[in-house]
Amino acid sequence: MMKEDTISERLYNGIIKENPVFIQLLGICPTLAVTTSAFNGLGMGLSATVVLALSNLLISALRKVIPDRVRMPAFIVVVASFVTIVQFLVQGFLPELYKSLGIFIPLIVVNCIILGRAESYASKHSVVLSFFDGIGMGLGFTLSLIFIGGVREILGSGAFFGFQLLPLADKASGTMGYTPISIFILAPGAFFVLALLVVIMNVVRAKQEAKGKPLSAAGNGCLSGECSGCALSATCSGKTQAVAVEATKGGESA
Amino acid sequence: MSDLLNVTSSPHVRAKDDTQRIMLYVIIALLPATCFGIYNFGWKAALLIVLTVASCVGSEWAWNKLLHKKDTVKDLSAVVTGLLLALNFPSSIPWWMAILGGVFAIIVVKMFFGGLGQNIMNPALGARAFLVISFAGYMTDFSEYPGFVDTFGGATPLATIKAGGLAQVDILRMIIGTTPGTIGETSMIALVVGAMFLILMGVIDLRIPGTYILTFAIFVLLFGGYGFNMDYLVSQLAGGGLMLGAFFMATDYVTSPITPTGKIIYGIILGLLTGVFRIFGGSAEGVSYAIIFTNLLVPLIEKWTVPRAFGIAPVKKEVKTDEK
Repeated sequence: MMKEDTISERLYNGIIKENPVFIQLLGICPTLAVTTSAFNGLGMGLSATVVLALSNLLISALRKVIPDRVRMPAFIVVVASFVTIVQFLVQGFLPELYKSLGIFIPLIVVNCIILGRAESYASKHSVVLSFFDGIGMGLGFTLSLIFIGGVREILGSGAFFGFQLLPLADKASGTMGYTPISIFILAPGAFFVLALLVVIMNVVRAKQEAKGKPLSAAGNGCLSGECSGCALSATCSGKTQAVAVEATKGGESA
Repeated sequence: MSDLLNVTSSPHVRAKDDTQRIMLYVIIALLPATCFGIYNFGWKAALLIVLTVASCVGSEWAWNKLLHKKDTVKDLSAVVTGLLLALNFPSSIPWWMAILGGVFAIIVVKMFFGGLGQNIMNPALGARAFLVISFAGYMTDFSEYPGFVDTFGGATPLATIKAGGLAQVDILRMIIGTTPGTIGETSMIALVVGAMFLILMGVIDLRIPGTYILTFAIFVLLFGGYGFNMDYLVSQLAGGGLMLGAFFMATDYVTSPITPTGKIIYGIILGLLTGVFRIFGGSAEGVSYAIIFTNLLVPLIEKWTVPRAFGIAPVKKEVKTDEK
């Protein structure tokens, strides 16, 4: 097992072990909405990665300055600043991508992966580790979006990254070819593909665990009472008794 | 729970009805419409029906085999799903589309939710919606109509009426069924004969189809824009999938309410929605979406209409007791 809190462990953690989309099921709104093609997934994922890494960095640097009571507004201000920068950059240099992502770039501000990492990791760990935590989570998000977008694009328009894999059938002229199943680039297709991929992920994980080689330790923290690494620790109502007691004690002393 | 433990107190009524027998009755009841569809649309319709049924049965068998579950093919529900789905196809769609529809109906709409009895919507209609959204061009193309020399041309009677051509529609042919449309929906007579059989055998009762058709008829008379025009009313009733939907798909045991009052509410909502979709919607047809949507309301309808058990006083809402 890898050592906790090293740079490589953070990257592995974000991409595989606690993959934000397939394991933690966070950031589902942009995941479902923008993955109509692999390229859109890549654009959305990279935008979110930049914001994640930079906001993790700044929040970690400011973690001793930000008072506990106003941490949420403070995080939002930091995240929103970076999102605005990214939005202008995308709008300026990739106008096509900006058009297809639309409202979902500004909405990165309220992406729960970013706030989750700020709350559960960056506000408690060092600057370098937080930065790489952001990179890891961002890459995990990006790869998942490319994966979902790729499956949807191949099934729904017979292409991958805009490259036509199969000639399309034309009903009017009777040309033979691939008839795109267009439901996959519409909203229902997003749910079908995400659900199927999560099912496959869970089957793989269950098999690995049965072999005694757990691929992911997500959920194990709940058993051992270690809530610090969990993105849901702020809102989770199922904390173990010991942790809850500890939390109230900490609150009193602070 | 084991079947042995799950026994209520006597007296017990013995009935021969089980899932397999009921499904068999439904298949028999669909035979007139199926045969008429093959007569009307030719060998391609027969091929599509065989392929869709085979695909449904094959998917169910493969799913149970792969997941090491009890084989449920023998209850014939997959055959009914396949048959209903095929009757919803235009005869011109490619063969692989029929197979894809069958797989989707059984695997995604039925088995993902836990199999027969757990599905939230009618599998055949779910698959039809999937295909219509995916391949709109194929699924709404009724131009291939090999049946007779003096054909109507491309449009279905309902589409003709929607375009304002009520005078061009031949009511008698719509009732007999020699019009373009999906394979099984065209003949009102064949469908009603099948439905009579189901009602006589006690498989379905008239509450759902009765309220459905009545509500729809009233809605059409009020908002159709033709006033009390018998031609318009009859062509709306005989055209499209109304008869097929009302007698065979809305009455699906799994996705319709079990309570008597619930059945009536369900039928009224179906009639209203179908009327709204057909008259105010963009498309000429609205039966399948109306049924799917109302299927999703069924748990709510059943919750509203739980009958009061004999001898038990009605439960008063939020009775506050003094805490002492």
